[in-house]
Amino acid sequence: MVDVAYYVALSAILFTIGALGVLIRRNPLIIFMSVELMLNAANLAMVAFTRVYTVLEGQIFVFFIMTVAAAEVAVGLALIVAIFRTKHSINIDEMNNLKG
Amino acid sequence: MPPLNFSVILPLLVLTVWACLLLFLDLFIKNKSITALLAALGLVIALGLTISQIGSSDTGFNNMVVLDGFSTFINALLLLSGLFGVALAYGYVKRTGIERGEYYTLLLFSVTGMMLMAQATDLIVVFLALELLSIPLYVLAAFARPNADSEEAGLKYFLLGAFSAGFVVYGIALVFGATGSTNLSVIMNAASSGTSSLPLLTIGSALILVGLGFKVAAVPFHMWTPDVYHGAPSAVTAFMAAGAKIAGFAALLRVFTLAFPSLSSDLTPIFVVLSALTMIIGNLVAIAQTNIKRLLAYSSIAHAGYILMAFVPYGQQSVVATSVAAGLFYLVSYALTNFGAWAVVIALEKAEGKGLEIADYAGLGRKYPALAAAMTVFMLSLIGLPPTLGLVGKFYLFRAVMAGGYTGLAIIGVLTSLISAYYYLRVVVTMYMREGEPETANEPWLNLTWAVSAIATVVISLVPQFLFAWASSAVLKLF
Repeated sequence: MVDVAYYVALSAILFTIGALGVLIRRNPLIIFMSVELMLNAANLAMVAFTRVYTVLEGQIFVFFIMTVAAAEVAVGLALIVAIFRTKHSINIDEMNNLKG
Repeated sequence: MPPLNFSVILPLLVLTVWACLLLFLDLFIKNKSITALLAALGLVIALGLTISQIGSSDTGFNNMVVLDGFSTFINALLLLSGLFGVALAYGYVKRTGIERGEYYTLLLFSVTGMMLMAQATDLIVVFLALELLSIPLYVLAAFARPNADSEEAGLKYFLLGAFSAGFVVYGIALVFGATGSTNLSVIMNAASSGTSSLPLLTIGSALILVGLGFKVAAVPFHMWTPDVYHGAPSAVTAFMAAGAKIAGFAALLRVFTLAFPSLSSDLTPIFVVLSALTMIIGNLVAIAQTNIKRLLAYSSIAHAGYILMAFVPYGQQSVVATSVAAGLFYLVSYALTNFGAWAVVIALEKAEGKGLEIADYAGLGRKYPALAAAMTVFMLSLIGLPPTLGLVGKFYLFRAVMAGGYTGLAIIGVLTSLISAYYYLRVVVTMYMREGEPETANEPWLNLTWAVSAIATVVISLVPQFLFAWASSAVLKLF
């Protein structure tokens, strides 16, 4: 069996890539994908830790997280579509009506 | 298998079922005012059930949720916030042409999420509650579509909210890895007995703090707040500013005092810095604002800093009860003042975002003396001057922080309150000293909201000991 530390390290890398993606990329869809990557990093860590403790909790929670992520997708994509209809663009840099 | 104990979350269940029914019934209701009244009725019923639960304590769903004095206190406050939210929206959505029935249903769903947050004793339930309260708020923030500002606010709130949820989930995963459980009391036992991996636990708790810090708009996680509060419909902002903050702080309080007291030597310095930064930056940036919505947004950031003070002594057994009680008291004072101030903003708001500059408040004192007097009360309360609840709340907070030995932080609190007097009083000066012809919306529920808030802010400040006694008794059951 592969040591759990490798899985955790991989999940930490995925989480970091996701977090950096949110901060660096300018397209809401890509930002959104990065957020999903962060959630999936957490899922990976959960599953790996579940193996260590031989309890089922962690694996069940992964389903919770996936479900919630799906609900977030529904709202997020709807928002992006609504904005595209109004502005014909979804570039984050053009989201500058509100500032001060 | 232990019994599920549905009675523990009875108000929550009733409200959820009510919201689902309302979502369906709304299809057949032509007059959306009826939907609003039905939503308010659901909140009142849930509030009645919550009040009937005062004094009882129990756990349910295999220790995933709990009913105690703390949750009852927070739930009552949240349901009251929901009622205020409906009252503020009632006329506002008609006037701005966004009257759709889903508004009230979404608001109810968000309230259920907030209530679950106050009752959760398992990290995964905290996460579910966080999303249940946030997702309806994302939609509500963008509710004035196709208004570009509102859509922009919705997207910004959504992206930052999802980002912060990522931090919370990863933090939960690490805490689970360190202790083998997501249940708060199991985590506490594992953490204090030293069987857990300390680096994982510390990083995990810090990530949870970051995620919830976004929700309560603590500096440096506050960037979204002014834009979202500005762009979202004012009635939504009022509800969001109070409700999301109360729920976020409820979760922070429970998670950190229950699960991570053994980490307090590592986390307390972080809380000190967060609280000080939030007070300083919130108040300083607010000075430069000319738009009342942005002003109140920065004011809400600054108040998150004051409430964060309640966390600073959370590891000291002798002080923590009074400091958390002070935090609860301050949440009540903040919620009342916040709804009142936003009610005045809504009364003066015109179509297409007009009437939101501070200059538009000129002449209010002469033309509408009652409204101007109410606004003065709210501004005084936000500064923390007598005779208002804000003063009493700050007094309790500063006293608790000083009892914990953090006099420096209390001094920062006093100094930043002085700074805040400058921009709050500017609104008062504009109302009374400048000439102008403001026009206000005269809607019964709106008038009731600001009148009730203003009277409560003054009256409760004269007899604060009852509310504080309730807050203290609510907290004692937490430990």
